[in-house]
Amino acid sequence: MMSMKLLSDQFSKVCIGVFATLSTGLAQAVNDLPGGPAVRQLDLHPPASKIAESQQFLHNFMLIVCLVIFVAVFGVMFYSILKHRKSVGHKSANFHESVGVEIAWTVIPFIIVIAMGAMATRTVVAMKDTSNSDLTVKVTGYQWKWGYDYLKGEGEGIGFLSTLDNAHRVMSDSGKPAGDDYLLKVDNPLVVPVDKKVRIITTANDVIHAWMVPSLGVKQDAIPGFVRDTWFRADKTGDFYGQCAELCGKEHAYMPIHVRVVSQADYANWVQGKLKEMAALADDPSKVWKLEELIARGETVYNANCVACHRPDGKSAGPIKALDGSAVVLNDPGAQINILLNGANNGAMPAWKQLSDTEIAAVITYTKNSWTNSTGKAIQPAEIVSARQ
Amino acid sequence: MSAVLDRPGHDADHAHDHPHGWRRWLYATNHKDIGTMYLLFSFAMLMLGGVLALGIRAELFQPGLQFVNPELFNQLTTMHGLIMVFGAIMPAFVGFANWMIPLQIGAADMAFARMNNLSFWLLIPAALMLGGSFFMPGGAPAAGWTLYAPLTLQMGPSMDAAIFALHIMGASSIMGSINIIVTILNMRAPGMTLMKMPLFCWTWLITAYLLIAVMPVLAGAITMTLTDRHFGTNFFNPAGGGDPVMYQHIFWFFGHPEVYIMILPAFGIISAIIPAFARKRLFGYTSMVYATASIAILSFIVWAHHMYTTGMPVTGQLFFMYATMLIAVPTGVKIFNWIATMWRGSMTFETPMLWSVGFIFVFTMGGFTGLILAMAPIDIQLQDTYYVVAHFHYVLVAGSLFAMFAGYYYWAPKWTGVMYSEFRGKLHFWASLVFFNITFFPMHFLGLAGMPRRYADYPMQFADFNMIASIGAFGFGIMQVYFFVFVVIPAMMGKGEPAAQKPWEAAEGLEWEVPSPAPFHTFETPPKLDATATRVVG
Repeated sequence: MMSMKLLSDQFSKVCIGVFATLSTGLAQAVNDLPGGPAVRQLDLHPPASKIAESQQFLHNFMLIVCLVIFVAVFGVMFYSILKHRKSVGHKSANFHESVGVEIAWTVIPFIIVIAMGAMATRTVVAMKDTSNSDLTVKVTGYQWKWGYDYLKGEGEGIGFLSTLDNAHRVMSDSGKPAGDDYLLKVDNPLVVPVDKKVRIITTANDVIHAWMVPSLGVKQDAIPGFVRDTWFRADKTGDFYGQCAELCGKEHAYMPIHVRVVSQADYANWVQGKLKEMAALADDPSKVWKLEELIARGETVYNANCVACHRPDGKSAGPIKALDGSAVVLNDPGAQINILLNGANNGAMPAWKQLSDTEIAAVITYTKNSWTNSTGKAIQPAEIVSARQ
Repeated sequence: MSAVLDRPGHDADHAHDHPHGWRRWLYATNHKDIGTMYLLFSFAMLMLGGVLALGIRAELFQPGLQFVNPELFNQLTTMHGLIMVFGAIMPAFVGFANWMIPLQIGAADMAFARMNNLSFWLLIPAALMLGGSFFMPGGAPAAGWTLYAPLTLQMGPSMDAAIFALHIMGASSIMGSINIIVTILNMRAPGMTLMKMPLFCWTWLITAYLLIAVMPVLAGAITMTLTDRHFGTNFFNPAGGGDPVMYQHIFWFFGHPEVYIMILPAFGIISAIIPAFARKRLFGYTSMVYATASIAILSFIVWAHHMYTTGMPVTGQLFFMYATMLIAVPTGVKIFNWIATMWRGSMTFETPMLWSVGFIFVFTMGGFTGLILAMAPIDIQLQDTYYVVAHFHYVLVAGSLFAMFAGYYYWAPKWTGVMYSEFRGKLHFWASLVFFNITFFPMHFLGLAGMPRRYADYPMQFADFNMIASIGAFGFGIMQVYFFVFVVIPAMMGKGEPAAQKPWEAAEGLEWEVPSPAPFHTFETPPKLDATATRVVG
């Protein structure tokens, strides 16, 4: 194991040296992101859980086995290519079968692959054992963000959405990216305690997504209409990054995952703070809002949820329906509420029923009074409450 | 030449047998003409798919969006996959089968000549519909070549066009397969027993059975997608209680045999070329046949290794992991047999041999990464990352495509009657090999580092390897244009040294018993064969 690591480290250094020389002047200034990708990374992420460690071990083991087979097989082939050629006067022999040899090269590989499988079996069983968790978090994939709901354990009841920092999306569009955490920075990371078994339950709202964090050795599809689970126990604190790993539509590359692993004490503090914050944020759906308040609130909701497709100017891109000047937005509040709650066009416009009544009311009001739309009408949260029934 | 019989009184209906102008091609019933059309069609599709790939690589040259938006990017990846799999690789092998199977078994033509015509001409409307989907409202399908539900339910009308196109291509494939099976089983010359048949015929026979078994499965999956989209069914739509994972099971029950459909005929081509240039009989013919059959049978019980991350029960993961690893055994047998054929031979390295040795070398690297991906715990890290992209391009490009280039250089003298230029062939090989590895080798690193596939933009740390891959891709693309302009076109125009009837010293098989170029009609009456069924006697 030690020599394996040394060897691979040596190899990495040589390769990095070669590539660094090659790409001098080409590379933009960027550094490794701890817990995320490193510049010109050649191997799996440094493991931060037992499962990730055994994955790394298995990968190294497989590399060595493959390398040995590679050298043996191609050693023979290239020896033959050098020595058994017509140009050096080699005459061809006349054998074309050998039962003994053929049985040997069937049986030996059979034993090798069964041994490989046996090496991996314990890890497969361990990966699938999601029992006895300390904390259970439901992860929901949305087009295109993640929702985290703490279901069981310390922090129960906490729930929030986690979205890519919009500045990164803007940088991407402009073609001028920058920063070590480019496309990996989210507004609300998933916070979990160190050394605790965290069970992740995945599901999705619209299409299939996949929740992956390489350092923790987890990747689990999030499938609409189904729940699946996986688990990890982080053995060090720190920030760990991943990205959605199942094609989920146009913003597939823009729904990163950020897991912040903190000490038990920090976690307790975070839970306290988050619960207070949520209590403060909770809106009373029976409250009657002023038009300006709703528009202001609606703008933040719009920018967090709608702007990716409908664009900041409400004119939308490509096949997506424009909001600016839309007949539905201007004249038909019932239809608009229905579209927001249930989606439209086979889910091309997703359902937004996970937003609160106040948020939906606010964002509808915002669309009715922005850009060239100026209806002056406000939709109150109570109308959403009744529409939901 | 006894193999080409000019019967008295036959001349009278030559005009009928050999139409000219557009009728020759539109009404073609001759296996050689149809084979040529298949090969030209698939090369055109290779170019189209290649242009889409270069669109992808241009966008990924640097982080940030420079050329295309994410919607278009997803359309490019999806259409690249569909066009390469269904438009380029599969029809190209059918083209080889059309040309070579009747020649290799001593038959006059394919069994069902008119169905042969139909199965080719069906491809044209299918390709037009698939390619035309870019111009439909909302653009081409963007759900990935695997067309996973429920993302497919969100697509625009182009999705229906793609489904229809795939149905037509599937029908074409099934007809082609029936034709190949019936030809091989019924039309062999007397003395050509099954176990004396060239391996290319064997691998195609087995491939044809695979095609007939799994194309209807794909048709079922996409038909259910279609009815979910339009007729209110809920096979895969979770909002109505459907099961998106069931789609994946059905798709991969087709999809895994499909990857062997795309590689088994390649094994056949390589098994013809290595003995010819090693001047030594193929080692372990019988075990080659059994290995091919084992791969085909095993291919039906490994499909869910594409789905480790969907969340299978532990027994399921273990079963599919072990079953998948078993495929390494018969595949290994093939590699060992080829090397044993080379061992103590008297080798020369003309272009077909170079491509074949290149095939063995690079395909085996794809085999190693396949073993690594088969390990469920490692696959959890690598699933849906660039490692998978690297893996399947090593087996599909360096596997199937390289084998087809080998086959082209080996048999084109027979087809066209002229030799290619060794210099150009070797330049094509070496440059393709180098550019291929520049393109796809860095993708292993990207995958290990966790870069997901089908991403229009990526974190800055992945920039250098993406840049290297993009440079390689453009080089690889240019070399294939070079191949067409400087190798194929001169051959089609008849420019070059006239080819001998048997241009390769130690090549074996009935195709070398007819003149070069092969006359329009060959083996009109069954030839008499010698004991090895490789020579025509009397």
